[in-house]
Amino acid sequence: MTEKLIRIKVKRQDAADQVPYWEEFDVPYRKNMNVISALMEIQRNPVRVDGVRVRSVFWEYNCLEEVCGACSMRINGKVRQACSALIDRLQQPIVLEPMSTFPVEKDLIVNRQIMFDSLKKIKGWIAIDGTYPLGAGPRIAPDEQQEAYKYATCMTCGCCLEACPNVNDHSPYLGPQAMAQAKYFNSHPIGKMMAKERLEAVISNAGIASCGNSQNCVQVCPKEIPLTTALAELNRDANRFMLRKLLKG
Amino acid sequence: MKKEDILVIGGGLAGLMAAIQIAEKGGRVKLFSLVPVRRSHSVCAQGGINGAVNTKGEGDSTWEHFDDTIYGGDFLADQPPVKAMCEAAPEIIYLFDRMGVQFNRTVEGQIDFRRLGGAKYSRTAFAGATTGQQLLYALDEQVRRYEAEGLIEKYEYWEFLSLILDDEPRCRGIVAQDLRSMEIRHFRANAVILAAGGIGYIFRKSTNSVINTGSVHSIAYQQGVHYANPEFIQIHPTAIPGDDKLRLMSESARGEGGRLWVYRDGKPWYFLEEKYPAYGNLVPRDIATREIFHVCVDLKLGINGENTVYLDISHLPTKQLDEKLGGILDIYEKFVGDDPRKVPMHIFPAMHYSMGGLAVDYSQMTNIQGVFACGECDHQYHGANRLGANSLVSAVYGGMVAGPAALRYVSGLASSAEDLSSHFYEREQKRQEEAFAKLIRMDGPENPYQLHVEMSDWMVEHVTVVRYNDRLDKTDEKLQELLERWQRIGVDDTSFYQNRTAAFTRQLQNMLQLARVITLGARNRNESRGAHYKPEFPERDDAKWLKTTLATHTAEGPIFHYKDVDISHIQPRARRYDVVKEVEPAKEQEGIIR
Repeated sequence: MTEKLIRIKVKRQDAADQVPYWEEFDVPYRKNMNVISALMEIQRNPVRVDGVRVRSVFWEYNCLEEVCGACSMRINGKVRQACSALIDRLQQPIVLEPMSTFPVEKDLIVNRQIMFDSLKKIKGWIAIDGTYPLGAGPRIAPDEQQEAYKYATCMTCGCCLEACPNVNDHSPYLGPQAMAQAKYFNSHPIGKMMAKERLEAVISNAGIASCGNSQNCVQVCPKEIPLTTALAELNRDANRFMLRKLLKG
Repeated sequence: MKKEDILVIGGGLAGLMAAIQIAEKGGRVKLFSLVPVRRSHSVCAQGGINGAVNTKGEGDSTWEHFDDTIYGGDFLADQPPVKAMCEAAPEIIYLFDRMGVQFNRTVEGQIDFRRLGGAKYSRTAFAGATTGQQLLYALDEQVRRYEAEGLIEKYEYWEFLSLILDDEPRCRGIVAQDLRSMEIRHFRANAVILAAGGIGYIFRKSTNSVINTGSVHSIAYQQGVHYANPEFIQIHPTAIPGDDKLRLMSESARGEGGRLWVYRDGKPWYFLEEKYPAYGNLVPRDIATREIFHVCVDLKLGINGENTVYLDISHLPTKQLDEKLGGILDIYEKFVGDDPRKVPMHIFPAMHYSMGGLAVDYSQMTNIQGVFACGECDHQYHGANRLGANSLVSAVYGGMVAGPAALRYVSGLASSAEDLSSHFYEREQKRQEEAFAKLIRMDGPENPYQLHVEMSDWMVEHVTVVRYNDRLDKTDEKLQELLERWQRIGVDDTSFYQNRTAAFTRQLQNMLQLARVITLGARNRNESRGAHYKPEFPERDDAKWLKTTLATHTAEGPIFHYKDVDISHIQPRARRYDVVKEVEPAKEQEGIIR
């Protein structure tokens, strides 16, 4: 009986300033495999289909259960998490590429620092007086909690930025992730107290005016965060905020 | 540098909380993490965080929480720090509430609580089934605020390589490596807090993230820090079988009413409910795990003859499931393809948590002056078995103690790292640079990832649920063989840029060293207590073994000594879950009612 194999085609790059190239690998098939376990097979035996032993493929991966956000990549052309990409549901050869919106560092590893920097720009935190005992926080209605919780599951994976046509190196736009987080913090009873500071970032040239309403973001979000709802609501708040600023002179 | 500059290794809940505490008191922190801190393994915690807030009118108290934790841990934990943790827990939950964590709510808008294993009260606050993610993000956000103010400086994608010790020895800094440029650098400091999390990657397909290699713990241990209770490894009863890892299925699935069963004589058999009528499906993890193991391995009653049993929530209302467990049910559906709202899940136990860790005193300091540890990488709060939802509270509380303790320690020092000769620093940096240059030149036939599979398979096979002395001996021999073969590894990347294979190869050696400590710690302890179970010695033996294991590194392997456990509050009593646990009455009333 011949062993069943999976064909993997990987876009590789040795360093940020190097030219990318393609390599193909065959890995033994097992039930319930995902793209991560196929890449792990390449680590254990980094031999190309033409029999040449090469450097194993590098990619980012931590939790393997779609909650850390590390393993985003383009799989058969679609940006998603490698851990939840099951081999049985993918057409072969399985084509793996790094995300293209972010600078490629090595193989499938990209630099997503810009997303964490965006969280600084939109002041993505609740300012507390201190960590000493001050009793319970604000009461929150269960339905409000259920709504806010959706935004709190954003794992900074970068899929929405990758899919957004308006996030690129010609534009300062921070992208759907940061905008949705601004909306999220502004809707919290304490977070609201800093709403104006966040809206300043939202109406800046890196802000929501750059959203072209292509609605790509919401389609690729692995956590199904209602990003377009957030963008629409934030747009309304931003317009009101700008108008008020104008009227006040 | 200033005298008060402190280094924190690890950006999970414990490390972030330690950093926040230091920054809040005006100190400055350099925070080192293998990954962007927002991706640390704390993100994987699901079920919730314990604190006896008693908002359900059940009569819960911090004393009950304390007693449950000690009893659940089979009396191996030193009691004073556990008591202090349980007393701090309600305010810890409120603190996260103030930071904006989206805890589930009651109709009155208060934080909702649910019940988890080993408890008779609703004591667990939760944010859906991604509580760890929510708490981690809250601290990540607070750290970002301090970062913007210049008090915390992050070194993400940096790996800790060694402690720098002076001749006393006191800790005076570290050497670390940037995993992108591969630059190796020393950092001066008078105190270092190790908050490097768990060690799950030593075991094949654990529930842990792949970054949880225990490398930091192992390095500190090899440099003289004692490692305590290595043999106490928690195997979580309910994980989703997978090819690359076993994904956790939170205990909260049972907390919300989930039932474990298999077919026996053609009918569903609810084996936990039958044997443990008082706690049913909410017995502690060590007990549930052994029962599942017994049903599958001894009775051969696993589903379709395989090592899985049913975890069934399909009888519960979909709305309740979506609001309280949504995140984990989606994960099951995504990875398995079945909807657990409709059909019972297939689950099996998986290695999950290390109760043991770097030995610390009540101020979280190790036996080396200036080296602190907190979070899963310390040994302090869970004894021989951890209760569900106690890990988040212990990680946060450990950081809350370690940060201020490190500041107190440095302010009491007569001399500062600043004044030390650069010789100490350059010598250690050079040693690490040479070791790395040697590492990337390794060109033998062995593959590091393949050796990892061998090590971690052996550890799962022989050092988890059921332990036999002859197999433990064989495992240690195997680990020594693997250490030998490690010398003949070929590293497939010779570059000084983002060299992941080299970094992993180095971690693997540290994993092998720590695996020996775990295996031999288990070999030595001839009793059964909490998660440590030997059929040859099935009873708990307080006369001989009510003792903390302490391992010290030598070139020949670990040597062990044992220390009495502080049982100043609660006398050890038999641990059983077939009847409702009776609480040891509180001897002193102060500090109990808050």
